[in-house]
Amino acid sequence: MTNTAIAVTGLRKAFGDKAVLDGIDFDVPAGTIFSLLGPNGAGKTTTVNVLTTLAKADGGTVRVAGHDLATEARAVRAAIGVTGQFAAVDDLLTGHENLRLMVDLRPRGSGDGERVVADLLERFDLVESAHKPASTYSGGMRRKLDLAMTLVGDPRIIFLDEPTTGLDPRSRRTMWSIIRDLVADGVTVFLTTQYLEEADQLADRIAVLDQGRLVAHGTPDDLKRLVPGAHVRLRFTTTAELDAAARLFTDATRDDEALALRVPGDGGTSSLRALLDRLDEHSLEAEELSVHTPNLDDVFLALTGHTAEAAK
Amino acid sequence: MSAKSHSTVMLRRNFKHITRNPTSVFNAILMPVVMMLMFVYVFGDAFDVGVDYIDYATPGLVLLAVCYGLGGTATSVNSDMTKGIINRFKVMDVTRGAVLTGHVVASVLTNLVAIAALLGVAFLLGFSPAAGFLDWLGVLGVVVLLAFAAGWLTVALGLAAKSPETAGMAAVPLIMLPFFSSAIVPADLMGPGIREFARYQPFTPIIEALRGFVNGAPATGDVVAALAWCAGIALVGYLWASSTFKKRA
Repeated sequence: MTNTAIAVTGLRKAFGDKAVLDGIDFDVPAGTIFSLLGPNGAGKTTTVNVLTTLAKADGGTVRVAGHDLATEARAVRAAIGVTGQFAAVDDLLTGHENLRLMVDLRPRGSGDGERVVADLLERFDLVESAHKPASTYSGGMRRKLDLAMTLVGDPRIIFLDEPTTGLDPRSRRTMWSIIRDLVADGVTVFLTTQYLEEADQLADRIAVLDQGRLVAHGTPDDLKRLVPGAHVRLRFTTTAELDAAARLFTDATRDDEALALRVPGDGGTSSLRALLDRLDEHSLEAEELSVHTPNLDDVFLALTGHTAEAAK
Repeated sequence: MSAKSHSTVMLRRNFKHITRNPTSVFNAILMPVVMMLMFVYVFGDAFDVGVDYIDYATPGLVLLAVCYGLGGTATSVNSDMTKGIINRFKVMDVTRGAVLTGHVVASVLTNLVAIAALLGVAFLLGFSPAAGFLDWLGVLGVVVLLAFAAGWLTVALGLAAKSPETAGMAAVPLIMLPFFSSAIVPADLMGPGIREFARYQPFTPIIEALRGFVNGAPATGDVVAALAWCAGIALVGYLWASSTFKKRA
C-alpha cells in the first residue's frame, strides 16, 4: 500500500436502467478522513456497498488498501472494517458476546481475545452494560458497540455509513471524538453523512454527491467558499427603512417582498454588535433579526441549483 | 481460519439464540407432541388405516416435526438478513456461507430433539414398531437428510423474504404440505384431486419410506424416491440460498 488508501476511478453502478452512481472519481490518502456528503438517495450507501465488496460495480476501477476490488475481494475484506447505516449488532447476545463473536471470526483472533474485548469495552465506555443483552442498549450505545465490533482485528481502513444519523447531540459528539481518536492512530476513515457540520468537523476532504455524480470535491474550506456564507437577516416594517438600511450595508442583498435584508457576517457577537451599533447610529430599527449559518441545503442550492429536499 | 471453525462459531451463536429465546424451539418441540395427542386421541378412531393408528401416524408426525421446526429457522435467518448481521459477516474475511451453514445445522439439531421427544411420547402411547437396528439407522438417515434438505430450502426462503413476518409466512406451505400427504391419513381416503396431489407430492414417498423402516420392511421404490426428493430439495435450497446470499446487500 502506498499513500493512497482508496482509489476510485469512473465508478458506475445501476439498478435496472436507473444509474445510481454515474462515473465518480476520488482518492483517499491514508490516515485521513474522507467524507461523502449528500442527501438521502444520493447514492452514498451504494458507494459504501461497492467499496466494501457488498455490491459489484458495473464499471470503473476501485483499489482499496492497494487491492483491486474486482479480483482481490478477500484481501480487501481482510483490510477493512465496516459500520453500516443501521447498527448491526446481535440483539440476543450481550455486548461482550457480540465482541467475542467478532474476535472468534477474525484470523489471529484466538490468542488474547479476551484482552481485545476488555479493551474495546473500556474504550467505548460499555463496561457496565457488557453483560446485558444488546437489545436493552440505547441508540447511542448500539452505535458504539457496532463501531467497537468493527474495530476488532485493527482494520486500517474503516467505512462508516451515516454513523450519527438518529443520535442525540451528546452521543453525536462522543462518536465524533471516537472517530478523531481513530485517525490519530493512523486509521483511514471513509465517512458518509447528511450533515455539513459533521463533514466540516471531521473531514480532511469532502466530496458532495448528488444524483450519482460528484458535484464538488475539496477541503471543507474549499467547499465553504462555494457556498454563500453565514448572514444576518434583518426585517423592517417599511420600504423607506429597508432603503435606508440597504444604503448602509452595501454588500447586503435585499428581499423587497419580505422587506428584508441579508447582511453577510459570521453571526459572532462582535460582528453582531457592530451591525447593531450601525443601525443605532442611523436611528434604524429592524423589526426582526435572525442569524443564518450555511447548511446542507445551502451547499446544494449553490452547487446544483436545487435543494437537498428536491434532490430526493 | 478454516470453514469448519467459522461454521462452529456461527453454530454456537445459533445455540445462544435458542437458549435466550426458547419460544420458537419450544413450539418446534411441543407442537408435534400436541398434534400427536390430538390425532391419536381425538381423530384416530375415525380413520380406518388397517393397523393401530399410533403405529400408522408416528412416521407421519416425525415428518411433521421436521416441518414445524422450519418456521423458527426462516424467521431467524431473515432477521439476520434484514438487521444487517449477514452484511456484517459478508464484509469480513469470513468463510462465505458459514452463517448459513450454522443456521442449517442448528435447524437439523432442533429437528432431532423434537423427533426424540415425539418418539418418547409415542412409545408412552403404545407405539410398537417392528424396526430392527438397521431399520432405525434408515429412519435416522431419512430424517437427517430431510431435515438438511428442508433446512436449506427454509434458509433460502428466509433470505429472500422482505421481513421476519413474511419469512414466517413463507415457511407455512412447508408446514401445511404434510397434511396433504399420507402422513395423517392414507391418500386413498382423501377426496379426488387432493388424493392425486397427495400421492405424487414429495412428502408422501418420504413418509412411506419412514413407515417402511419403522415397520421393518422398507420398500426400495419409496426409499429411492425419498432420497431423490431430498437430494433435489437440498440442491435447489442450497443454490437458491447461495445466490440470494451473494446478491442481496
